[in-house]
Amino acid sequence: MSIQEVHQGRLRSPFHSRISALDTVNQWHEWKGYSSADALYCEDMEYFAIRNATAVFDLTPMTKYRITGPDALEYIDRLVTRDMSKIKPGRVAYAVWCDDRGQVIDDGTIFHLKKGEYRLCSQERHFAWLQTAAIGFDVSIVLETEDVAGLAVQGPTSFTVLKTMGLNGLEDLKPFGLMNFGFNGVDLMVSRTGFTGDLGYELWIQPDKAELLWDALFEAGKLYGIRAMGTHALELARIEAGYLAAYEDFLPANATVRNGRTRSPLELGLDWLVDFKKPNFNGRRALAEEKRNGSKWRLVKLDIEGNKAAHSSYIFSKEKGNKREIGFVTSAAWSPVCKQNIALGTVRMPHGKVGSNVWVEIYYQREMHWSRAMAKATVVDKPFWFPPRRGAMPPGPY
Amino acid sequence: MTDKYDAIVVGGGHNGLVCAALLARSGKQVLVLEANDQVGGAAVTREFADGYSVSACAHLLYQLQPSVRKDLKLSPKLASEDMTTIALGDDGQHVRIQGKHVDGVSDADVDSFRGFHKRMTRFANLLRSYFNKTPPRLGTSDFSDLLTLGRLGIDVRLLGKTEMREFLRLIGINIHDELTERFESSLLKGALSLDAVLGTHLGPRSPNTIMTYLYRLAGDHGRTASPIGGMGSVSDELAQVARESGVTIRTGMPVSRIVIDNGRVAGVETASGERFDSMTVISNADPKQTIIELVGARHVETGFTHRIHHLRMKGNAAKLHLALDGLPTIDGLSKKDYAERIVIAPDEHYVERAFNPAKYGESSPEPVLEITFPSFRDSELAPAGKHVMSAIVQYAPYEREGGWTDAARQEFEAAAIRVIERYAPEIAQRITASELLTPVDIEREFHITGGHWHHGELTLDQFLFVRPVCGAAQYRMPVDGLYLCGAGAHPGGGVSGAAGRNAARAILSREKAA
Repeated sequence: MSIQEVHQGRLRSPFHSRISALDTVNQWHEWKGYSSADALYCEDMEYFAIRNATAVFDLTPMTKYRITGPDALEYIDRLVTRDMSKIKPGRVAYAVWCDDRGQVIDDGTIFHLKKGEYRLCSQERHFAWLQTAAIGFDVSIVLETEDVAGLAVQGPTSFTVLKTMGLNGLEDLKPFGLMNFGFNGVDLMVSRTGFTGDLGYELWIQPDKAELLWDALFEAGKLYGIRAMGTHALELARIEAGYLAAYEDFLPANATVRNGRTRSPLELGLDWLVDFKKPNFNGRRALAEEKRNGSKWRLVKLDIEGNKAAHSSYIFSKEKGNKREIGFVTSAAWSPVCKQNIALGTVRMPHGKVGSNVWVEIYYQREMHWSRAMAKATVVDKPFWFPPRRGAMPPGPY
Repeated sequence: MTDKYDAIVVGGGHNGLVCAALLARSGKQVLVLEANDQVGGAAVTREFADGYSVSACAHLLYQLQPSVRKDLKLSPKLASEDMTTIALGDDGQHVRIQGKHVDGVSDADVDSFRGFHKRMTRFANLLRSYFNKTPPRLGTSDFSDLLTLGRLGIDVRLLGKTEMREFLRLIGINIHDELTERFESSLLKGALSLDAVLGTHLGPRSPNTIMTYLYRLAGDHGRTASPIGGMGSVSDELAQVARESGVTIRTGMPVSRIVIDNGRVAGVETASGERFDSMTVISNADPKQTIIELVGARHVETGFTHRIHHLRMKGNAAKLHLALDGLPTIDGLSKKDYAERIVIAPDEHYVERAFNPAKYGESSPEPVLEITFPSFRDSELAPAGKHVMSAIVQYAPYEREGGWTDAARQEFEAAAIRVIERYAPEIAQRITASELLTPVDIEREFHITGGHWHHGELTLDQFLFVRPVCGAAQYRMPVDGLYLCGAGAHPGGGVSGAAGRNAARAILSREKAA
C-alpha cells in the first residue's frame, strides 16, 4: 500500500516566489490553508497604491467552486437570493446566500463563464452546503481553488497597465463583465471586479503561468506606480467601499451557535439583492415573513466626528442622560482618501435611519491609560468611496 | 384540458381515500388520482396466479382506527378476527398467544406474560390516543399545540410514578433485553421479537424496538383480523364511501408533477399531460417522492430537502405468495388453526441472526415469517379445494448487495420455503405457483420509495413531533397548499386511516382559522 503524502504546512500560492521577493516585513497569516501577506513593505504605501496608482493582490486562496450541469442555472437561482437568470454568460454577479431561516451564510461573486457553467468565489468554504443544496438537481460542484491562480489589479492606473500589457479590447469591458485573452498560449480571464471600490480588474489564469503573468504585469506597470499589496491595505479599502466581510460585519449562519447572532440580507442592507419576484430561493419564506413583520437589525455606514477610529465601539442613541445602547461597530477606520472617520455597524431597528445621528463610544489608549470619548456620528447612505472612474466607460488613461 | 377542484389527493391509498371522503363530506369538490388501475395503494387484493388471489402487500388488519370506522361508518367484513398468533415450535409444540393469554409455556411465563401484556397495553393505549391527533409543535405559542403538549405530559404522569418511570425507561430501549428479563420460553421470546420488528429495518436488539412493538399493539388493542376478499375489500369499501360522499376517483392516472406557482400549490399534472387545478394538493405518496420528485427540490428549502432526503425508509420485508393445491400439514395444528396467524421465529436469537446479514446488504439465509392462509375462511381467493398462502418474509434488504437479480430472488424464496419445510415438510410439493415481492418490487408496484410500508422507519427520531421531519409534522408541507396524508405523516403505517383522517381534520381546521 502506498501512502499518499498529505501536505500539512501552509500552501504557497503560485505567486509566492514573486511576492516573497518583494516582501520586507515578513508578516504573514493563514487564509484558507495558504500563506497570505498582511503587508509587504508598508501598508499605508500599499493602500495609497490602490487609490493613486495600481495595487496587485494575490487572491488565489479565495475559495472557488465550478458549478456545471443541466440544472446549473436553476441550482444557483435557488441557492442565492438574486435573480440569476438575468446574469448572462460573460457577466459576474455579487450575490448572497442564506440558510432556511433566511440568515446569511456568506456573500461572494458568481462568474457566468459560459452557458450553464459558473464559478462561485467566496472568502469561506461551503462545499457541504453546496452539496446539500444539490439534492434533487443535476449539477456537479468541483472545488477548483488550487487550479486557478487569481490576482486583483486595482487602482486608477490599472486599466492603462493592463492595456500596456497587451490586453487589447479591454476598454469594452464593463463593470461586472468578463473577457478572455490569450496569454503565453493559455487563456487569461479578466473580470472587471474587485474588493476596493475603485477602478480595477481581477485576472484568472492556470497556476503554471502565474509567474509569467506577474512578471508581465509588473513590467507593464513600471511607469504607472504598480505595487504589490497585502490584506491590511485591502481591508481599509473595502471599508471605504462599504463592502462587508464575513466574521467581521456578519457571521456565516451555519458556523454560528448562538441565537440572534446571525443576520439576514435585509438586516445587512442587501435588500437590493433579494428578489421576491423569484418563485423560490433558499430562505425566501423566512425573508418574506421578515419583510412583513420588520427586521430586528440594520447595518449602518457611519460618518463619525473626530479622527479616532471607532473600533468595536458601542453605539448609543443619545450622548448622555437616558442613553440606550443600540448596537455596535463591526468595522472602523480613518479613511485617508475621504479624510473621514468611518465605520460599519449593526444597530437595532428602528434606529439608524439614513441621515439620523447616533453616538459611538470610542475607547483609545494613550501611554498605557485608556480613555473614552463619545463621538457624534451620522448615518450615511452611499459608500464612503465611490469614484466615477470605477464605472467609467471606457476607463480613462493615466 | 384543465379541471378545477377544491382539493386533489395524489394517490388513492387507504389514507388518501379516508382523507378525500372526509373532505368531500365537508362540502369540498375532491379528486383522487391513483397511478395504478385499482385503488388502495398497498392495501389491494390481486390475482397472482390463475384463479389465486391474495392481499398483495398488507395482509392483516390490526390498525384500522375506530375513529375512522366511526366517521366513515365502515364495517369491513372479516374472515377471521381476533386472530391467535401461533409460534411454530419443534415437534408440534407450539406457543399460542391471544390477548393476555399465552399457551404452551411454563406457568411462570403465563403469569409474566399477563403482567407484560397489561403494561404494554396501557402504554399502547396512551400512544393510541395520540394517533388520532395532530402532533403538537415544539417551541410554539399556538394554544391548541400547547394544550396537546400539556395533555401528553399529564397523560404520561397519570400513569403513576412506577409506570411513568417504566414508560420512559422502555420507550427507547430494545425488546430483546425486556424479553430476556421476563420470559423463559425461547419460542415466546422469538414470537414477541418478531412482532416488534415486522416491517422495519431493525432487529430485536436494536434500540427503539419496544416502541415499534407498542405501535403494533396500539393499533387495535393488539387484535389482528383478516378481511374477506383480502385487503382490497377494505379499500373498495373506502372507495365506495368516498364516491358516495362525492369524491371523483380516477385510476390509471399517475401524477408526474405537483404544480407550484409562485411558491404555492396550483394543481397537478399527470404523466399523460393532463392538468388539474387546485389550491390544495394532498399527497398520499411518501414524503421523499412528494418533495423531491413531485414538487422538486427547487421549490423547497435546502435544509428541509436535506432532512427529507435522509429519511430512513429502506424496506426490509418481502412478501411471498404461494398457490397451493392443498393445505400443507403442520404437525400440532388443528384444522381451524389455519385461520390464525402463524409465525416462524423459533427464538429471539434466531430473529437477530436473521437480521444480521441485512445490515450488510445481504438477505437472510434463514428468514423469519408471518404466515396466513387467507383462503381457509375465504374460498373465493382460490379455486375449490385449493389454497393460497400469504407471508411476510424478513429480512430482504432494499439495497441488496448485487441487486435483486432473478438468482437472488430464487435464492431468497428457496430459503423461505426451506424454513417453512421444517414445520410443513410437504409444502414444496403443494406449490403450483408463487410470487415474491421484494422491497424493490413493492417500490415499483405500490410507488413507495424504498418499499418501506411505513413510508419511513418508525423510530423515535421520525415519530410524533418529528414525523416525517421537523418542520412538517402537522401534515402541512412548507409549500402553501401542500399537505401530506400518508403513512409518512403521523402516526405512521399499517392500514389505519389515522394519517388520512388527521390530515383532513388539519386542513379543515386550518381553513376555519383562516
